[in-house]
Amino acid sequence: MTYDVVFVVASALAIASALGVVLSGNPFFSALSLIGNLVALAALYLLLQSDFVAAAQVIVYAGAVMIMFLFVTAYLGGRASEPLRARPWYQTLGAIVAAVAVVGELVFAIDQQAFGDGASVSDAFGAPQAVAASFLGRYVLTFEATSVLLLIAAVGGVTLAARRPAPREEGVIGVFEIQRPAHEVSLQAEVIDAETRFDVVPAGQARDEDGKG
Amino acid sequence: MHIGVAWFLGVSAVLFGIGLFGVFTRRSPIILLLSVEIMLNASNLALISVARYWGQQSGQVFALVVMAVAASEVVVGLGLVVAMARRRADLDVDSLTGLRN
Repeated sequence: MTYDVVFVVASALAIASALGVVLSGNPFFSALSLIGNLVALAALYLLLQSDFVAAAQVIVYAGAVMIMFLFVTAYLGGRASEPLRARPWYQTLGAIVAAVAVVGELVFAIDQQAFGDGASVSDAFGAPQAVAASFLGRYVLTFEATSVLLLIAAVGGVTLAARRPAPREEGVIGVFEIQRPAHEVSLQAEVIDAETRFDVVPAGQARDEDGKG
Repeated sequence: MHIGVAWFLGVSAVLFGIGLFGVFTRRSPIILLLSVEIMLNASNLALISVARYWGQQSGQVFALVVMAVAASEVVVGLGLVVAMARRRADLDVDSLTGLRN
C-alpha cells in the first residue's frame, strides 16, 4: 500500500516538474524544476531497490551537474531567457504530434507485453557492493571507456570555453554571427554616407578617422 | 492494483515524450540541454526498472554509464553556450546557421 502511494506521488512529481522544465520561460526556474524531477526519479529508483544509483543520482546529478547549469544561467543573466520572437504554429503542432506519437507507440508496446511479477531478489540487490562487482568485473571495459569519455569531455569543455573572444572586425567568425552594437552600426553608416557624398576618402583612412572620433 | 514494471516503463515513456516536446519547441540552448537531460533520465528509469524485473545488475551499470554520458554532454553543451555568449552571438539555436551551406 505504502509502495503504491509513494509510486503515485513520485511519478506525479516527476511528470509535473518535467512539464515545468519544458513550459517555463525562465531558465532558472527550468533548472530548479529539473532538480525536483531528478529527486522524484531517485525516489522511484529506491522503489526499484537501486539504492546506489538513487544516491548517485541525488549527489552527482541533482547536486553537481545542476549546480553547473545554475552557474551558467547566472553568468548569462537575462540573455539566457527564451528569445521573444513567436514561433510558427506548425512547429508547435508538429512537436505535439511527434511527442504524442512516440509516447503512444511506447505505451502500446508496453501494453502488448505480458509482464510477470519479476524476479525475486535479495536485499543485497542494488547495494554498492553488488554494483561494484558488476562494474569492476564483467563491465570493466565499459568502466574504462567511461573514464576516457569524461577526460575527453573535460578537455573539450576547457577548449571551448577558455578561448579568448575573437576580434570583432569581421561579420562572421566561425559559425557564430556577430551582433554589432547599434551605435557602431550607425557610425559605419555615416562613414559610408560620407564616402558616397565626397568620393575622395579611401576606406582605410575613413576608418582611422572614425576610430579617433 | 499491483504496481508492476509496466507502470514504471509507462512513466518513463511519458517523461521521454515531454523531453522530446521540449527539444522540438524551445529555442534557448540551455533549456534544450535540460530537455535532453529529461530524455536521458527517462531512459535511465526504463533501464533500472527492467534491471529490477530481471533481477540483474547490468541495467544499473548502464544507468550509471548514461549518467556519465549526460555529465559529459552537459560540459560540452555549456561550453558551447558560454562560447556563443562570449562572441556576442544571439542565444537562439535557430540563428546558428553558419554551417548550413
